[in-house]
Amino acid sequence: MAAVKVNELRKSDLPWIIEYDESKCIQCGKCTAACSFNAIMPCVEERKSNSITAPRKTEKVLVIKQNISLDNYCRGCGMCSNVCPNGAIKAVRNKDDKYSVVYRAEKADSFKKGGRSNLNTEGRTLDKIKIGRISQMTDPSLDAQRHTFELRTPLGRVLKADKLNFGHNGEALYETTPLPPNRWIYPIIFGDMSIGAVSWRMWEAMAIATAYLNEVMGIPLRMCTGEGGIPTKLLKSRYVKYMILQIASGHFGWNRIIKAMPDMTEDPAGILIKIGQGAKPGDGGLLQASKVARYVQEIRGVPKADLLSPPTHQGLYSIEESVQKMFLSMNAAFNFRVPVAIKVAASVTSVSVYNNLLRDPYNIVGGFFLDGLAAGTGAAHEISLNHTGHPITSKLRDCYLAAVHQGRQGEIPLFAGGGLGQTGSFAADAFKLICLGANGVFTGSTLLEVAGCVGSDTGKCNACNTGFCPAGIAAQDDRLVKRLDVDKVAQNLVNYILATDIELKKLMAPIGCSSLPVGRSDALITVDKHISDRLDIQYGC
Amino acid sequence: MCRIGAIKSKNKLHPSIALKLMRSQQEGHDDSGFAFVMQDLGGIFESYKDLPLLSMAATVEGTRLAEDILRESGFSRVMQWTPNINNEKGLKIDAMPNYIFEVLQYPKSYKHATEEEKEELLINTSIELRNALEKTNSGYIYSFWPDTLTLKEIGSPKDIGTYFDLWNENKDLASGIITAQCRQNTNYDIVRYAAHPFFLEGYTVLVNGENTFYEKNKYYQQKLYKGYLGFESDSQCLLYTLHYVHKILKWPLQYFKHTITPLEYDDIIKRDNREILLRIKASLSHLEVNGPNTMLAVTPDKELLCVCDSKKLRPVVVGRNKDMVIMTSEVAGLNDLMPDRDFRQDIYPTERETIVVKKDLTVERWQQ
Repeated sequence: MAAVKVNELRKSDLPWIIEYDESKCIQCGKCTAACSFNAIMPCVEERKSNSITAPRKTEKVLVIKQNISLDNYCRGCGMCSNVCPNGAIKAVRNKDDKYSVVYRAEKADSFKKGGRSNLNTEGRTLDKIKIGRISQMTDPSLDAQRHTFELRTPLGRVLKADKLNFGHNGEALYETTPLPPNRWIYPIIFGDMSIGAVSWRMWEAMAIATAYLNEVMGIPLRMCTGEGGIPTKLLKSRYVKYMILQIASGHFGWNRIIKAMPDMTEDPAGILIKIGQGAKPGDGGLLQASKVARYVQEIRGVPKADLLSPPTHQGLYSIEESVQKMFLSMNAAFNFRVPVAIKVAASVTSVSVYNNLLRDPYNIVGGFFLDGLAAGTGAAHEISLNHTGHPITSKLRDCYLAAVHQGRQGEIPLFAGGGLGQTGSFAADAFKLICLGANGVFTGSTLLEVAGCVGSDTGKCNACNTGFCPAGIAAQDDRLVKRLDVDKVAQNLVNYILATDIELKKLMAPIGCSSLPVGRSDALITVDKHISDRLDIQYGC
Repeated sequence: MCRIGAIKSKNKLHPSIALKLMRSQQEGHDDSGFAFVMQDLGGIFESYKDLPLLSMAATVEGTRLAEDILRESGFSRVMQWTPNINNEKGLKIDAMPNYIFEVLQYPKSYKHATEEEKEELLINTSIELRNALEKTNSGYIYSFWPDTLTLKEIGSPKDIGTYFDLWNENKDLASGIITAQCRQNTNYDIVRYAAHPFFLEGYTVLVNGENTFYEKNKYYQQKLYKGYLGFESDSQCLLYTLHYVHKILKWPLQYFKHTITPLEYDDIIKRDNREILLRIKASLSHLEVNGPNTMLAVTPDKELLCVCDSKKLRPVVVGRNKDMVIMTSEVAGLNDLMPDRDFRQDIYPTERETIVVKKDLTVERWQQ
């Protein structure tokens, strides 16, 4: 019996197997050049002739072989088959994959990846909800093409009417006290993906799309910078008014922001304090050294090293403290002219946090961003991604109903995100969450898909953490980044929002609603009794 | 579709005028009921304008229950009026055993009370009466307020008129303002409380339409004020919003329209008062209505009000002569009651107007 080494990594352990047809290959080398993971390589194979009678002869042939490596392994991105002129090569999913076990056994480290949870055990609540209240005879449906619709929502602390302290002279009301800043924005926010987590081209495309949507298309969409700073030139430009600046526990990029403040000509759209995120709740940001490119170092003011944001904001031990210290200081930084909001991972505790913020006597929390467990990320420990967090739908609803219970709905606008558009219906997901009580939604992963992300939620690619994103979206290697056409991505993002805008109106029209249906849960039904009970919406069967 | 009407007149009018106004709009009838509220009373109530008038319908048990509560609260009866019941066979009416219209004197301890204290007593007593009657399923209280009389019943408007002898014009019942409808909110159960006009503390509201923001309005209103009760009809929400904006917040009347149908952001930012309008739009977003609604209302100042939804999806017309202004769903009603008016003066309110009929019958058109 032959000796076999069983304790080494085997091809059959890997998640993807390369199928290569030598007879079709013209040895052009495109596949190996395209593979950003070095998962395939040209090799020379020795072959013997098939004849039994002829003298034994061997020949050497050039072939493409799969790398059997823990670091340089195939992620199934499909770039090789995309570039192959003859269809000679492709990656095939290995259903007996043992990679993550071997990785842990070899590296004594937790396995990290990008993208979203791959478990998908929960099923999607939003897909089991339908817009069931259709205006028929009692009230007319509207015409999505001909009627006008208003898709705007406030970002910023909204006071109850009796706290506005309006004076009046018999006819007209006037303000008697300064009130918290409000911005009326489009109910979709480009979610917080930092420069570093995504490539500069991807980030620039989102910024261009945001400016174009505002200035040319009249859609007041806002983009959140993510925790990683923002180019100084943009900070000092008028376009900063479309940007929500993020500050998270690493404070990356804030040195530049503070230095630029004296020269800023416009206020930003808002400040978003990130406490947590849905993809890895309870964990901080994670930018691996391989992605800390030179310009990322400059914007963030950091050396080339793994950049780990702490799981908590150091020095904050309670909600009261965070309101007093962090929110007050961020409000004060912009002279109380800019709404300051908070982003947390959806959690069993979300309602407690929301209640506390609602009751904050300073009225300075201008938005509550809830991020569900189906959210995506540039990098996370797989264990967090797959096993921590809370679905967005019920938690968003809980927060809204907690406010209803106190008669305080709308005072701190709710924004929901995390897995929206996962099954291809971003507008429907957004609409349903708005009916359940959200003032708006935010998304990151959808934008990546629009930009050409090749990954999936079933283990395809998910290599955003490596810096070798084959689509140039989450890459920091210049050669890979250049694969991304900034203008094309910006154009596609604009188009996607225009399409979403049409689709949102196609859902508003049948319920006869020309303004944003925040809290119009009467418009929804569900085909699942448990969801009906949990969300307090009608059951339909 | 409900047919509604509001009449304001220099001379006191008998409620038969409301029946006539509704009769010509009878394609809207479905025998679900007829109801009216009379304010600025004349006739036998003329000399009791400052005292609270209780309007209720109850069983014998309910009547006794109400009397006990009123007596225990210190109220004493000053006068009572009983309709002349004409119980012919075959009338389509779901009548209650007793209809009580009685003027009461405030408790002695309220001799030097302020208006606010008296109003507080009336709303608290109304809620107590309502809860007690509801618990025992023994009756309905429609209004308990000075200078206000309410009658509501389920059935055919014509037969309800016959039953209460309302076709017979006499001098007993008369008022300067009458609001009426000839079809109640039939989307839901036919119950007396679901029939408009709805009344609360001097405010009366009637609505033709479907408040598609019912749940959203209701979720918000039920925490705003103790008097916001019932929600048997989606139209009640508009009464509560009017009351909240005008009475609780004490904002001028023009801001009611800005609350229920706020302008779009792009329009607001062109206004000088944009800061105020945006704050209202944000703070009272849960009081918006965005479906088809035409609303008529009476304010405690005895002014009439008419507003429509932001797309003007339901009809209404305002007609007038030197003695009277009528707002109603269909022009047929005006033609019946005011055939000689100058119809060129008729107003068909737009989606951005508030029509106000002042005390002296001048009609103002406020643009939002």
